[in-house]
Amino acid sequence: MKKTIYIFLINFLFFTNLNALIEVDITRGNLDPLPIAVSPLHVDIKSENFKDLKVKDLGAEIAKIIEKNFRNTGLFNPLKKEAFVQKPDIAHLKPRFEDWRLIKAQALVTGKLLVKDEKLKVEFRLWDLTAAQEMTALAFTTTPSNWRRVAHIISDKIYERLTGEEGYFDTRIIYVAESGPKSQRVKKLAIMDQDGFNTKYLTLGNELVLTPRFNPTNQMVTYMSYFRNMPRVYLLDIETGTQEVVGNFPGMTFAPRFSPDGKKIIMSFAKDGNSDIFTMDLETRVVERITEHSSIDTSPSFSPDGKFIAFNSDRSGLQQIYVMRSDGSNVKRVTFGKGIYGTPVWSPRGDLIAFTKMHKGRFYIGVMRTDGSGERLLTENYYQEAPSWSPNGRVLVFYRETKAGNKGEGFSAKLWSIDITGYNERRLSTKTDASDPSWSSLLSK
Amino acid sequence: MTLKTNLKNILAIVFATLILSACSTAKKTGDLDGDVYTGKETVEYLAAGVPDRVFFATNKSSLTTASRATLRKQATFLRKNKNLNVTIEGHADERGTREYNLALGERRANAARDYLMTYGISGKRISVISYGKEKPINAESSPIAWSQNRRSVTVKVN
Repeated sequence: MKKTIYIFLINFLFFTNLNALIEVDITRGNLDPLPIAVSPLHVDIKSENFKDLKVKDLGAEIAKIIEKNFRNTGLFNPLKKEAFVQKPDIAHLKPRFEDWRLIKAQALVTGKLLVKDEKLKVEFRLWDLTAAQEMTALAFTTTPSNWRRVAHIISDKIYERLTGEEGYFDTRIIYVAESGPKSQRVKKLAIMDQDGFNTKYLTLGNELVLTPRFNPTNQMVTYMSYFRNMPRVYLLDIETGTQEVVGNFPGMTFAPRFSPDGKKIIMSFAKDGNSDIFTMDLETRVVERITEHSSIDTSPSFSPDGKFIAFNSDRSGLQQIYVMRSDGSNVKRVTFGKGIYGTPVWSPRGDLIAFTKMHKGRFYIGVMRTDGSGERLLTENYYQEAPSWSPNGRVLVFYRETKAGNKGEGFSAKLWSIDITGYNERRLSTKTDASDPSWSSLLSK
Repeated sequence: MTLKTNLKNILAIVFATLILSACSTAKKTGDLDGDVYTGKETVEYLAAGVPDRVFFATNKSSLTTASRATLRKQATFLRKNKNLNVTIEGHADERGTREYNLALGERRANAARDYLMTYGISGKRISVISYGKEKPINAESSPIAWSQNRRSVTVKVN
């Protein structure tokens, strides 16, 4: 899939007049989102039909996806199409900047596409309306069935150009799809595009599955399954569907994650009432013990440079977060705030650890520096946990459960996301109830 | 109506409510010792007089006096039924993170297993499995339901 998209840089303008450039600051909560006009992409009249694709509408559909991606960031305010002042093909050649400025747009996206010989050719341009110049332009060729990904890749390029950060739109989320009554939940692995489309189920629901996590370097997934009533960590290739048990442990393995280079799985192994942390090298199959303590040690997460591991332990009595060197030495407790702490996850940027905090019957998702200082609680609720980072380290996805009535009625589990600024909390659309989300890396990277 | 009678009425209502709520708490706390469940609801029996499960305090895996009494009955029952093997399922309530609860369930199941072993039951006859918070016996979100869900259950295998 990855190889089917070719990106050509057709035009890159080098700017000398830096002051004139619009930019979006994403380091703080953006209360004044940038007004942007996303013109429908012009569909070349020479376009041919492709399978059941409505080629005529494709330009408008791609623009819609880009708009939705932008609106969901909370950083942009996509303007209504009714106000647009130029036809898509003409605007794409050269916009009348002063007319677009009249509708208060600061940035404009234009583009065109052609479907021919079973190929989809797309190009787009991003215009700075204030400075009256082109900011970036790209062209792609891919198979027409990849059209949604094209919209996500364009979104990423524009986000990157306007914020100076990598985007996160051409990504997928793997999660546990839940159905059935609360006391007899059926759980399946599911994967979808980050915007909720293209949902696929990867297991049938015959056995309990939990905590899927992406390999940050490819499309492998590690998760926990109760296959044959033996709770173990599994490795799954989502392209081929092949899966295998990780290691040969005489007891429950759980809480798996990949190392940042994707070559090891780190997880807990429970035996005789004690859970410790182990790694297994996927190539050599060598198993290494990382912690040895009579307490519960679980939820391990590597720092992106692979040098440290954050984990959850109750060695002080209750659940707290600890950081150690990746060989298990130099263990330091980092959480000392009120309440108890779980699920530490190291940011892909390396600067923060996200966590779940429980205090006085409420659940919080928060971030802190890797030494435990600077704790910031982003969201409070009845029950929520298991944050997972967007690949650019700006957004967290997690799941939230509602309180149930006396037969379990009113119970639901949904995916939510929030910016690390604490703004822009929103629910992700999923076909079923959902939990344990894990965000992939950029697919086209 | 005067202000006085109004006040009287209000006080009467407040008083009645207090009595009612006192009754309902009394009924509920009757099944809890601290936050460990002591009632009979949800309990099944391996044989007459041999309960299949014991209950735990929040975040704890230590056995209470009542739990130890139950497990001694299970040990007696297992000694009499020498060919019977069991699995002990460890469970947690829904008010914790999933991964920690898996570990906690395993620790609870092993606490029960260890106790059975000190009463002469071979470890080979007892396997354990943790379900964490995945299989609540009571689906409600309430302190009583959570106390019923913090449990280890001894299940006959053959």
